[in-house]
Amino acid sequence: MNNKRYILVSGLILGLFAILGTALVGITHQATIEKIADNERLALLRKLNQILPSDKYDNDLLHTTISIEADNRLGQKKKSTLYIAKQQNKISAMIFSVIAPKGYSGEIKMLVGINIDGTLAGVRIVSHKETPGLGDAMETEKSDWVFGFNGKSLHAPAEKDWKVKRDGGVFDQFTGATITPRAVVQAVHLCLVYFDRHKKQLVDQFNKQIRQSSPDNNLTEPAK
Amino acid sequence: MSNNNYNEISKNGLWNNNVALVQLLGLCPLLAVTGTVVNGLGLGLATLLTLVLSNAVVSVIRHWVRPEIRVPVFVMIIASVVTTIELAMNAWLYELYTVLGIFIPLIVTNCGILARAEAFASKNSLIPSVIDGLMMGLGFSLVLVTLGAIREILGYGTLFSNAHLMFGEIARNWTWVFVEDYSGFLLAILPPGAFIGMGLIIALKNVIDKRNKKKQTLSATQATTTSEVTV
Repeated sequence: MNNKRYILVSGLILGLFAILGTALVGITHQATIEKIADNERLALLRKLNQILPSDKYDNDLLHTTISIEADNRLGQKKKSTLYIAKQQNKISAMIFSVIAPKGYSGEIKMLVGINIDGTLAGVRIVSHKETPGLGDAMETEKSDWVFGFNGKSLHAPAEKDWKVKRDGGVFDQFTGATITPRAVVQAVHLCLVYFDRHKKQLVDQFNKQIRQSSPDNNLTEPAK
Repeated sequence: MSNNNYNEISKNGLWNNNVALVQLLGLCPLLAVTGTVVNGLGLGLATLLTLVLSNAVVSVIRHWVRPEIRVPVFVMIIASVVTTIELAMNAWLYELYTVLGIFIPLIVTNCGILARAEAFASKNSLIPSVIDGLMMGLGFSLVLVTLGAIREILGYGTLFSNAHLMFGEIARNWTWVFVEDYSGFLLAILPPGAFIGMGLIIALKNVIDKRNKKKQTLSATQATTTSEVTV
């Protein structure tokens, strides 16, 4: 009898602490949830603004998005978010979330911004696990390498030159690291190919989404 | 509790029974994040705060908790404290939080914290437990910062880079550059550098301890000889 009581009391104490602990975490979560969401939004916006300076668009970039289907050329196995930049109500650029699957140590996540005319607005690395000191030269803090993509397009340089120099292309590799830049160059190229093939479809999807949300809204035409 | 006792606790935490150098606990985060001083300091302070809070709570409730359910209760306390700190860092030190990433929630698995709860806080009253947490945390942070400094100087040729992650925009130019255009020493940045650096720090501590011991025995024998003479 005593033994049963003992077990019961122990169980109750354990339960009490579980409740207290959960309450503490719950309260903190409530207190910080907005701040954390703000932080994440700001961090993302900062990254997007690096690719597309805020004077290059006049819409709410973070909320002008469409969800696009998984596609090998983007390295995405799930739906991904496409950010659409507009200027004077015309689509001026799109920013893709792209994964380069063949990094030296795993996936390299990046954002690729493409102007509506097909030139690259910019490329930024979001996260990677490449070797510090060798493969991480693709970060803007470490070197200017990724700026080399600015203004390039599917046809300039030509298809066969979309490679690192060691493979006969036009893009620099880093000292001591070829695999990382090769993976990034390839992923950017595939993203340009995807954009080229799907541009019209993406614009249509975006317009359809606008029409559904507010039927009176004027259609958005891509800038000529 | 006398002052003497607090001195003893402090000495234990900072040196004699240092979590990282003597108990060799919590080495996984220690080796993983000490690429720079600021990263080391960030994780060190988070661990210190966890130790102080968990020690405080454990010592307050020590009479209520039966021995059978002691460990699960401690684990729950530590887990809630760490999650709270993680959320707070995510909210107010967002950039540092993204750098330290998984190692903040992993403080839960730092055996050093459970060890202090079990070995000290569950047997002592509030104030000594808080001091023990503080000193153990400081000792751990010191090792993190020292190792971070060694690896940052050797690996990047700088010190205090990215201080703005922790101290805000004013700290952006706190970075000391030792060598301009330093090409970097990869070994120091990679995990092997962490192991080698850690080994050297432990070795240094042992050398200092040995020296001190020799001095003590030497002065002890001198004391006995002088007393013999006077006799």
